[in-house]
Amino acid sequence: MIVTKNLSFSYGKNATFSFPDIAVPSGESLLITGGSGRGKTTLLHLLGGLLRPQAGEVIVEQTNITGLSEKKLDRFRGRHIGLVLQQSYFVASLNVLENVVLASWLATGKQATEKAKQLLQQLDLQDHLHKQPSQLSIGQQQRVSVARALINEPGLLLADEPTSSLDDENAHRVAGMLAQLAKQYGTALVIVTHDQRLKDIFPNQISL
Amino acid sequence: MIARIAWKNIWFKPLNTALSIILLTASVAIITLLILLQEQFEKQFDSNIDNIDLVLGAQGSPLQLILSAVYQIDAPTGNIDYTEAKTWMKHRFVQTAVPLAFGDNYKGFRIVGTTTDYLTIYGKGIKEGRPFAKNFEVVIGSSVATKMNVKIGDKFFGSHGDAAEGELHEDHAYIITGIAAPTGKVADNLILCNIPSVWAMHDEGAHEHAEEDEHSHEHEHQDEAVTEEGKEITAVLIKFRSKMGIVMWPRLIAQNTKMQAASPAIEINRLFSLFGIGLQALQYLAYGIMFISGISIFIALYNTLKERKYEFALLRVNGASRLQLLWLVLIESLLLCTTGFIFGTVVGRIALSLISGSSESEFKMSFNPLEFVWQKEGYLFGLTIFVGILAAVIPAVKAYSLNISKTLANA
Repeated sequence: MIVTKNLSFSYGKNATFSFPDIAVPSGESLLITGGSGRGKTTLLHLLGGLLRPQAGEVIVEQTNITGLSEKKLDRFRGRHIGLVLQQSYFVASLNVLENVVLASWLATGKQATEKAKQLLQQLDLQDHLHKQPSQLSIGQQQRVSVARALINEPGLLLADEPTSSLDDENAHRVAGMLAQLAKQYGTALVIVTHDQRLKDIFPNQISL
Repeated sequence: MIARIAWKNIWFKPLNTALSIILLTASVAIITLLILLQEQFEKQFDSNIDNIDLVLGAQGSPLQLILSAVYQIDAPTGNIDYTEAKTWMKHRFVQTAVPLAFGDNYKGFRIVGTTTDYLTIYGKGIKEGRPFAKNFEVVIGSSVATKMNVKIGDKFFGSHGDAAEGELHEDHAYIITGIAAPTGKVADNLILCNIPSVWAMHDEGAHEHAEEDEHSHEHEHQDEAVTEEGKEITAVLIKFRSKMGIVMWPRLIAQNTKMQAASPAIEINRLFSLFGIGLQALQYLAYGIMFISGISIFIALYNTLKERKYEFALLRVNGASRLQLLWLVLIESLLLCTTGFIFGTVVGRIALSLISGSSESEFKMSFNPLEFVWQKEGYLFGLTIFVGILAAVIPAVKAYSLNISKTLANA
C-alpha cells in the first residue's frame, strides 16, 4: 500500500508541482492521468523514491521513504517497489530469465530462479527464457519487465506509460496482466499514463 | 553475481574485448620476455665466470677474448706461446690456471684441448667413464652426449675450425672415454681432450696441407708424442689465490708480454650495459603498448556507458547500490586486465622457448620458459591491475553518480 501527504517538488523556480494526496491499499489500483508537462513522471519517481520531494511524505508499507538514506532507499526500493517503464531496459548481456533473477538477487541476495520461471510462464513467456531481451518484441519485453517488477512481491508496483508504445492488442494484454497480477500478489498498483485505452480497465482514477 | 554480470558484459562486446586483451597481452608478453631473458641471461653469464678471475690470451678485443675463451661463442683473438704463458701460469698469485687450445669441432660442438682442471672449474666432474689421459681421448659434455646420442668407447672425426662443415681430420679419430656431469654451463656443450691432441691433429694437418699459411708454424714430425717447444695455445683461464692479481695483472701482462689479461666480470658488465640500451628501448615500447591498452579499455568502458546508463539506472531501481555499480565497472576492467596478463605471461614464455630453440642451436645457450621471476612479474601484475583501475575510474565514478530519475525520465 502507498499513502502520500502534501507532496511537492520543484525543478528550479518556475516549475513547481504540488500533488494531490493519494492512498492506494494493497491489491487495489489507481490510474493517474494528465497531459504532458503536468508532472506525471515526476510524481511516479517521487513515489518510487527515485526523486526526493521538496516537502511532504511518501509512505510505502508503513515506511516513510523520504527520510531514508541513499543506501537504505536503494535496498528498500529493490525489496518493496516494482517499476515498469514505458520502454523496457535490460542488462543486455543477460538473457530474459537471468534479468528477472537478477532483480531478486539485487533485492534479497537470493536467486529466485523457480519463481522467476513461474512468473514468466504466467506472462506467457515460457518459450523465451533463454533469449536475449533484444530478440523479443516490444510487447514481450514489456511483459518481461512486469515479471521483473513483481519477482520480489513488492508492496507497490509503479508503471510509467506501460502501454503507450504498444498496439491495442498488446496494450490490453499487458494492462490486464498488470491488474491481475497486482491483485494476485496483493500489490498496490499505480499507473501514470495519457493512454486513453487504460481508462476502461482501471476504474479508480485521478487526473493531474 | 556482480562478477558474473561483468564477465557476461565483457563478452557481449567481443571485438572491444578482443582489442583490449590483445593490446594487454602484447605488452605483458614483451615485458615478461624481457624479464626472463635478462634474468636468465645474466644468471648464465655470471655462473660461467664463478671460478675465473682473469683470462690470458692474445691481444685484441678483450670482450672477444672473454666470449671465445669463457663462453665459447666467438672466434678466438689469436694464439699465444705456450712456453711464455706457462711462466705466468706459475706466478705466485695464481691458484689454478687452465690452458685452452681450440682447434676443431664435431658437428658444431667445439673440441677444446685443456687439462682436467677445466672440469673442476665448471663443475661436478665426470659422470661416467674416466677423464682423458692419452692423446685423442675425449670427455664429452652432458648435452653433447644426449644430443649426439653417443656413448663411451665411440669414435669420431673432428672437423677443422668452428664450422660444422669444416674439412674433416680423418687421420686421427677421437675416442670417448668419459661423459661429464651436467653443469648447466658452457662445459655441457664441449668436447674436452688434452692439449697435445690438438697439436698433433694440426701438425698432421699442416703437413698434408702445406699450402695453408696459418698452419705453417714450426713443427716436428712426431707421431703422437708432441713436445711443447714453440707450441701455441689459445687462452688460459686463471683463478687467483690473492685478489691482488686481478688488479695488477692486466698492466703487468700488457707491459711485459704481447698478451693481454681480460677480466670476465668487467667485460660482461660492459656487454650487459650495451645490451641494456636495447632492452630498455624494448621495455619503453612495451610500457607504451600497455598505456595504449589502458586507453583502449577506458574508451571501451566510456563508450558503452552511454548506452548502458539505462541499464545502470535499472539496476538501481531493482535495488542495486551505487557501490555495486562502481564495482561492476571496475570488475569488468580488472577481468580484462587479468585475462590480458595471463595470456601475456603465456605468450611471453612461448616466445622465450622459440628464442631458446634458436639460441640453443646458434650459441649453445638455452632459456627455461617455465621459470618464474616472482618479484618482477609480481610488479608487472601490479602494474597491469593499476592500469585497469586507472582506466575504469572515470567510467566507474560516472556509473556511481548516475542520476536515475533524470536518466529514466529522458528515456
